[in-house]
Formats: sequence, structure tokens, C-alpha cells
Amino acid sequence: MMGELVILWTDALIFMLVLFSMAFGIYAAGKEHLRGPWGLVVRSRVGVSTLVILSFYVVVGLLDSVHFHPLLDSKDQAGQQTQSAEVISLFDYLVTPLRERQEKTYSAPLATHLYAKESIELASGEVVRDFPRLTFGGAHLENPEQEWSRDIWRLTGIGVLKGLLVSVVVTNILIALLAGRWKTSFGAVAKVLIKEETTVPWRVLLATLSSVILVLFWSIELSSQYHILGTDKVGEDVFYQALKSIRTGLLIGTLTTLVMLPAAILLGIMAGYYRGWVDDLIQYTYTTLNSIPGVLLIAAAILMLQIYMSNHADEFNSLVERADLRLLFLCIILGVTSWTGLCRLLRGEAMKLREVDYVQAAVAFGVGHFTIIVRHILPNVLHIVLITVVLDFSGLVLAEAVLSYVNIGVDPTMNSWGNMINSARLEMAREPVVWWSLLASMLFMFVLVLSANLFSDVVRDAFDPRLRSSR
Amino acid sequence: MIAYIIRRMLYAIPILLGVNILTFVLFFVVNSPDDMARMHLGMKRVTTEAIETWKAERGYDKPLLFNQASEGVGQLTDTIFFQKSLKLFQFDFGSSDSDRDIGYDISQRMWPSLAIAIPVLLVGLMVNITYALLIAFFRATYIDIWSVVLCVVMMSISGLFYIIGGQYLVSKLLHLVPISGYDTGLSAIKFLILPVLIGVIGGIGAGTRWYRTLFLEEINRDYVRTARAKGLSEVVVLFRHVLKNAMIPILTGVVVVLPLLFMGSLITESFFGIPGLGSYTIDAISRQDFAIVRAMVFLGSVLYILGLLLTDISYTLVDPRVRLS
Repeated sequence: MMGELVILWTDALIFMLVLFSMAFGIYAAGKEHLRGPWGLVVRSRVGVSTLVILSFYVVVGLLDSVHFHPLLDSKDQAGQQTQSAEVISLFDYLVTPLRERQEKTYSAPLATHLYAKESIELASGEVVRDFPRLTFGGAHLENPEQEWSRDIWRLTGIGVLKGLLVSVVVTNILIALLAGRWKTSFGAVAKVLIKEETTVPWRVLLATLSSVILVLFWSIELSSQYHILGTDKVGEDVFYQALKSIRTGLLIGTLTTLVMLPAAILLGIMAGYYRGWVDDLIQYTYTTLNSIPGVLLIAAAILMLQIYMSNHADEFNSLVERADLRLLFLCIILGVTSWTGLCRLLRGEAMKLREVDYVQAAVAFGVGHFTIIVRHILPNVLHIVLITVVLDFSGLVLAEAVLSYVNIGVDPTMNSWGNMINSARLEMAREPVVWWSLLASMLFMFVLVLSANLFSDVVRDAFDPRLRSSR
Repeated sequence: MIAYIIRRMLYAIPILLGVNILTFVLFFVVNSPDDMARMHLGMKRVTTEAIETWKAERGYDKPLLFNQASEGVGQLTDTIFFQKSLKLFQFDFGSSDSDRDIGYDISQRMWPSLAIAIPVLLVGLMVNITYALLIAFFRATYIDIWSVVLCVVMMSISGLFYIIGGQYLVSKLLHLVPISGYDTGLSAIKFLILPVLIGVIGGIGAGTRWYRTLFLEEINRDYVRTARAKGLSEVVVLFRHVLKNAMIPILTGVVVVLPLLFMGSLITESFFGIPGLGSYTIDAISRQDFAIVRAMVFLGSVLYILGLLLTDISYTLVDPRVRLS
């Protein structure tokens, strides 16, 4: 199956980010003032249920970030398996049927026939104009008109049954684990869980997890025979496209902040701590950058990148690599336009912190500036950084859609919700309306952004003591 | 006050100069005018003469920063940086790459942009404040909780969806107003209703939630408790005391965006085919007309800095405790 691994720039960065957050998690677990708020997050019902949904997205995004050349069946002269020139991801490999079952053109969700009439030659040699059958969607049905609805219900039933089975298993494993940890019996744990008398809302967590599993199995079962969200203009499965877009959305939302964080933290703290000309210079820099309307700066930068890429086309090995670099560049330029807010916040906070007693004491003891910043100031502004990262995420996901719509977002060949919406604009003008592409992208984006919004509220409330007390 | 304004305006000059240099670097140094010419004329087999004439027609054939061929001051003024970038300070935008006067186009296209942006702002402000006050009146009840949930849900829907959905529902299914287009005078109204409506609906989520927090912050203050203790009714407390004090952050938040209204909304205008500055910019981006994009970047920065200045002034006007220094 797997040939040579291909590590794209964004792949490397996203796994770096994962390592980074794991390291931060280990660091935070040892610090009471950081662990406490996270405890509040997992104790909130909204917190755990959105966490489950977000982790589902993250898993798909991470699976989609492991790229490699697939091996072909044929062998070369040396007897080794040849590998294909195309680059696919682990996720592509897992959903190979979805990826490969291409129809001719548009077809509605769960349809058995194409969207447009065509001339079909019957076995008798007669030519009629009718909706042709799909090559894959519902191809196992002899007589679609009569069997279709029963078949859908049958597949739904099987999917739900499988999903229920798996969620029951997961629930039992979890209860057993908890029983082992709390040193009580299985029954006692189950009773407490059902009555929801636990500090962590396990019942809500299990309910969300079970619904995710149910939907997952239901869609797996249905998409084994049908295109559950239809197909697009070139006959590609829309469900597959929407799933592939998850990676793009997540990358834009996270890498942008990763790119801007070092600059924002460093400059913000320096401006507030040193004051004087350092402060003036940094303030001047961010006011200048901030005064250019973000969209225009992004547009200008992406236009320049396009020119550069078309003039240096031979520097890029493949389309995937090219699209990937453009995505990375978009993250960087989005980062440049969005770091100023955090920088200003940190500057204010650092200005306050440099006057507090323990920093003054450290200065009096002759501790160096660098040590003071790292030991005393940085740990005290980390919560602001964290809140900003989480709050910015959903805005960035939405921004990607708008930018791609204006053609200054990700590469047109890349799967993204923005590109799907972009093409949906023309589809909505068709007769009959092709609505499924729009609906699919909106639905996937909405679930992600809504969970991110709700989650960020919980995180903010947990980390910001001022807000907590006013409730 | 006047001394403060003058000082602030002087402070704006280095910032605008910074913007200017940044755009200059972005447009002329990262990619040379040769690259741009090749892009415009098509990539394959462009003759050197064709590139030279393209550059000469648009004045891109001069050296970037220093002209050795000229005499005296001309060594500095007869350059791309002076002709194309510094001239922006005089609001002399020059002509676009397709040879139209940018300054004239902007003055024409400003009005349709304002015709959408101002109603969206005013109606949106009214709707959001009313809704937020209503939520504040029913605070800590189910109405409050579900309204906040509704706001978060509305915030999570992409603005594109409101536009596409609204166009489909109102124009295509119900045939109430035309899908897109624009007209002069009063007949423009039928083209403006839908974009304004969608703009307002799209802003309800974030706006109402923000105003709700402002109101709730005020409601917990001591003077509100005193007002209630005096025996004032809840409605009077909300309107006379809470609303009046919460208006300070609301108004200053509005003032900062006032100048930027001129720039219009990129997405709305391009969807509804309204010939404003937003769609002007979008067209320029898709036609890769750098002269227009450069002019709009500069204009946007000027308006943003103006907005900051207006905000500072309006603070002193509505809140006597703030003094300019």
C-alpha cells in the first residue's frame, strides 16, 4: 500500500504543532494555575461535548496530513513494486472507494440516476432521452424505482445497529476503566454516570461520542453504495470533498496562529517591558501593518505570489506541492495581518507586570532581563495567548471561505469549503438547482465553527477570572 | 484640542509612509515590472519590445529609486517610487493598468458603496441594541440563555451562506426583488433592500452578543443599584441609566469604522453586482490591476487612521473623564 513518504511543509508544521501542544499539556499538568482552568473546561458540559466533536475533526485532519506515493500493482525490472507519481494521504487510502468512484457529472444526494438527461442507446438499438443510471451510486439495485427506499432504510438500519453496538462497547470499556480507577464496582459507576453525579460530565461525553459514532457508521454504510451528498460537476463525491476540506480549514485556523505567535509574544512583551524607543518602534510597526485593510494586503501578497509562481513554474515538483506552498503562504500572510491584536494585549499586560512587586524584587536582586521575561512575565501572560488562539480559530476558518471565494485564498485545485462554495455560486443558478455542494460545505463548516465558538467561550470563562466572578 | 489633532495628524505621516514603502516593496521589488508585463501580456513568447512598450505606456519603464539618466532633482523624482508611490500622498492615484483615471472611478463608485454601508450600519445598530436590551431585561432566564445560543449559532454561519441563501429565497423563489444590479436615484431602492437586509441579519449574532455583555457589565454597577433603590422601574433603569452609559463603548466602536464605510463590502457588492468600491477592488484583484489595488491599499490606510483619530476625539466628547494629552 504505502510507498515513499512525502512530507509537505504544512504536514511537518502541523505535526510540530501537535508535539508542541502535547509538550504544553505536560507542562500545564504540572502547574496548578494552568491545570485548574482546564479542569473547569472538562467539567463543563458544553466543553466536553464540543471537545469530542473537535477531536473528530482533528483526527480526520491529522490522517489527511500523512502523505505518500501509493504503490502500484505492476513491478519494474528489478522486481520491485513501482509507485505512482500521485501523492495521496492516509485518509485518502482509508476512503479509497469514495475517492475512486467517479460519476460522469452532477447527481443528487443518494440518487441512482444522473442529474441531467442524456441520449441512451437501449439494447434494442433505440435511442431515448432519459436520466442515465449512475456507474456506482445504487448500482446494485435491479429496479431502482421500487427498491430504492427500502434499500436506504435497510442500509440505515445496518449502520445504526453497527453504530449502537460500537458505542455500547465503548461505553462499557469506559465504565470499566473508571471503575478500576475509582476502585468501585462496575454497577456503582454506571449508576453514578446515569444520574450524572460525577464532576466530569461523563454522561454528556458518552452521549456526544455515541452520536458521532452513530452518524459515522450510518454514513459509512450508506456511502458504501451511494453518494450520500451527491456528486459535483466532474462527478467527484461531494462527501469526500467536504471531508478533505477539513484539513484545509484546520490548517488555516491553527497554522496561522502558530506562525504569528512567536512574533506577537516576543514583540508584545518587549514593547511593554522595555518601554522607550523599543516600545515606539514596535508600536509603529504594528500600527502601520494594522492600518492596511487585511483583505487588500492578503490580495496584494497572493497576487505577487501568483506572479512569482507562474514565472518560476519549474521550481515546484507537483501540483500538490504548489498548492501546499500557497496554503502555507496564505497562513503566513493571514498571520501577518492578525498578530497585532495579540501583540497589543501582551504589551499592556507586560506593562502592568513589570511594576508588580515580584518583578521589582527580581530587578533589585540583579536578575537579567531575559530571565525576568522568561521566568516571571511569560508564564503570567500565557493564558492570554491561549484564549486568543482559541478565539481566533473560528474566525480564521470563516475567513478562508471568503478569501477562497474571492480567489485569493487557497489554490483552486485544493479541497476547501471556500472553493466548494465558490463553485456552488454558479450551481445555484442552474435549473433544477444543484444545492448539495453548498449544503455539504456549509454543514461541515458550521459544525466546526459552532463547536469552536462554544469551546472557546468555555475556555475563556475558565481562564479569565474577571469574567468568572461576574457571573 | 486643535494642537492634539494636529499632532495626531503629523503622527499619521510616518505611518502612511510606512504603508507606502511596504506596498512599493510588495508591488515593484518582489516582482519587477517586467514580471508584471509578462503576466499581463500572456506568458508565452512575449517579445522584449512588447514588454518595453507595455511598461512605457504605463510609466513603469523608469528606475525604481534612483535615476542616473536625469539631472538634479530629477534623479529622485523621475523614478517609479516617486511617480507611483509618493504621488499617492496628493491623492493623485494615476491611471489604472487598463488606462482609466482611478481618482475619477473612486469618486463615482463611492456612492453606491455608501448607499449600502450606511443603512446596514444604522439599521444593524438599532436592531442589535434593541435585541440586546431585551435580553438584558430578561437576563438569567431561559430567554437569555436561548438568545445567546441563537447568537452563537448565527455567528457560526458563514456570511456567504446568508448571501447565497437570501438571494435564492427572496429573489429566485419569491421573485420579490431582482437578484442583482443597480440603478441611479430612487429606483436603486429595490436593488438595495436585499443586500441591506442580509448585511443586518449577518451582523446580528456578533453584535447582539457584544452589546449584551456591555449592558450586563453596566447592570452590575453601583449606580444602577442606587437607581433601583430609589424606586425607578426596571424599564427606566435600562433606558435612562444602563443604555446611556453603555452607549460610550458602542458609539466609539461605531466611529472607528465610519471612514471605512467608503470602502464598501467586497463580498456583498460583488454578489449583488453593485458598482461600489468593494466590487471595484474585487474586479481589480481578479484582473490583476496593480495600480488600483495599490491605490485602494493607500486609501484604506488613510481612512483607518482617520477612524482612529475620530475615535479618540469622540471619547472626549461623550466621556468628560477622558482628557486628550
